[in-house]
Amino acid sequence: MIYRENGQFKTSYRSDQQVFPIRQDRIAIGLLLLLSFVAVPLLADEYLLRAIMIPFLILALAALGLNVLVGYCGQISLGTGAFMAVGAYAAYNLFVRIEGMPLLAAVILGGVCATAVGVVFGIPSLRIKGLYLAVATLAAQFFVDWAFLRITWFTNDSASGSVSVGGLNVFGVPIVTPVQKYLFCLVFVALFAMVVKNLVRGHLGREWMAIRDMDVAAAVIGIRPVYAKLTAFAVSSFIVGVAGALWAFIYLGSWEPAAFNINRSFDLLFMVIIGGLGSVMGSFFGAAFIVLLPIVLDQLLPALGNAVGIPIDTATVSHIVFMIFGALIVFFLIVEPHGIARLWSTAKEKLRLWPFPH
Amino acid sequence: VGPFLETLLGGLMAGMLYSLIALGFVLIFKASGVFNFAQGAMVLFAALAMARFSEWFPRLLGFDSKLLANLLAFLAAMAVMIAVAWVIEKLVLGRLVNQEGITLLMATLGISYFLDGFGQTVFGSDIYSIDLGLPKDPIFMLENLFEGGILVNQEELYAAAIAAALVALLSLFFQKTKTGRALRAVADDHQAAQSIGIPLSRIWVIVWSVAGFVALVAGMIWGSKLGVQFSLSLVALKALPVVILGGLTSVPGAIIGGLIIGVGEKLSEVYIGPFLGGGIEIWFAYVLALAFLLVRPQGLFGEKIIDRV
Repeated sequence: MIYRENGQFKTSYRSDQQVFPIRQDRIAIGLLLLLSFVAVPLLADEYLLRAIMIPFLILALAALGLNVLVGYCGQISLGTGAFMAVGAYAAYNLFVRIEGMPLLAAVILGGVCATAVGVVFGIPSLRIKGLYLAVATLAAQFFVDWAFLRITWFTNDSASGSVSVGGLNVFGVPIVTPVQKYLFCLVFVALFAMVVKNLVRGHLGREWMAIRDMDVAAAVIGIRPVYAKLTAFAVSSFIVGVAGALWAFIYLGSWEPAAFNINRSFDLLFMVIIGGLGSVMGSFFGAAFIVLLPIVLDQLLPALGNAVGIPIDTATVSHIVFMIFGALIVFFLIVEPHGIARLWSTAKEKLRLWPFPH
Repeated sequence: VGPFLETLLGGLMAGMLYSLIALGFVLIFKASGVFNFAQGAMVLFAALAMARFSEWFPRLLGFDSKLLANLLAFLAAMAVMIAVAWVIEKLVLGRLVNQEGITLLMATLGISYFLDGFGQTVFGSDIYSIDLGLPKDPIFMLENLFEGGILVNQEELYAAAIAAALVALLSLFFQKTKTGRALRAVADDHQAAQSIGIPLSRIWVIVWSVAGFVALVAGMIWGSKLGVQFSLSLVALKALPVVILGGLTSVPGAIIGGLIIGVGEKLSEVYIGPFLGGGIEIWFAYVLALAFLLVRPQGLFGEKIIDRV
């Protein structure tokens, strides 16, 4: 009853083709932005921001990037961690080696470097596809892991292999407190979400989706697979690279290559699957799910164990988290292959009729 | 020549072990079109079961013979793997029939997480050992051919022999038995196989059990070499380039691919590694396989991929 679009007549092409054609959606997005930009920084305490909101935002950004590649273009990648690492280390080197490099520029240029690497590793996708490609992207993962571990130039010859950054500021405003960090990430996330949302409904996004649905047919109707696939790799790895730079600079502060290992890649892939392939919203749902689940289980399982009289130590908890992760992946694939995003849109459909049956 | 031959032989034997894991991938892919990412987790799971059973049985039943303990543990672990195969078929694959390859791949990723977690919850997550009683001392070979001979690790020699025997056994099973023929029929064409009365779900259980058996043997050998621990699950990641190099659908491909990767890895580590800072084993196999795929997208022996609209 509340969520219903009748009576909202479109009188111009412009209004017909806007991102959110339904007024209630526009209001909801406005409220969401207000909530995230104003209410959360005011109300949330330091722990919530540092341990949940910041990782959630950055991983959502990475998942968004991966979703462009996997969800929209259908090119499965197991090397996302590598592209995050490239973004992080490129930004680090630019930031440390060039005097007076602004943080913003370093992060963006980190993304640009990740784009270059992403396109290079995307080239095989022109010849190989599907499962073979999935394995081929692992080459990126292992190569990049190795490069940042062994080639000491990348880590500025630091003895332990771990690097750190400090003194972050944007236009003179320091980025130190969790609230500042949160807002800094949020700006990137909101911006990129908007960009992707618009990209996927333009000609580029349609080309990606045509390639995803059937690449031979897409080529037949005049879509250049080379162009479509490589742009998907480029856009995806740019966003992922920026997310990697943010993850390193803002969330970790000091890090080593293990922060971007293959488990990170798998985690991101799970976010995209659970959240919803080919859905901007889904990336956020998936990231929230994967970030929150271990935290919730960490709290819940020992309490549950105590309640039944079986003490559960932290190692066991982490194994059980693994189990639940795995089981949930399978569960989602069987029950709702389109992820939480599909549940969300089903709920919206229901909401349109509510409280009437038809 | 000595060091070169030594490296070559070492590579061949390591390659044999890769083939063993790669074989598990190929078996399942051939029979059900599933790219089984969980093979590594199955290796870990099987090895954990075997290691713990061989520890528990003598204590529970009160006997002392190592051989008997290993034998019983092997059988019990095999039973566990068959149960796992059955559960996977019933709960996962049976419900994902006719889904795309990518979906199935992700499902096996889920299975692999589950098995990793489950195995370590049930069997513990310390480092366990499997003692097969293989001699560990290195021996010299071919001393009469050239000076000094070459140093060969005896354990690896046995492991390679076991792997070779297993491969032979599996080929026999596939070529000569009725079940093997049914498996090949399913691999060729699901629908045709079903229409002549081959029960698909039972075949899948069998195939996953066979893959479980291969995983068990691989886990045993790798486990006695490296100790049974979580990293065993990652050994499978090194077998992935083997599979794509050899072709996803080819058993000989898995073996020859394994040998190529094993040799390439060892030779590159010795002859190229020092220039690049060492440790290149980890990605060399992948890059080799990737370069290869660019020339032959279906791998060495894989079936040619034909695109149709």
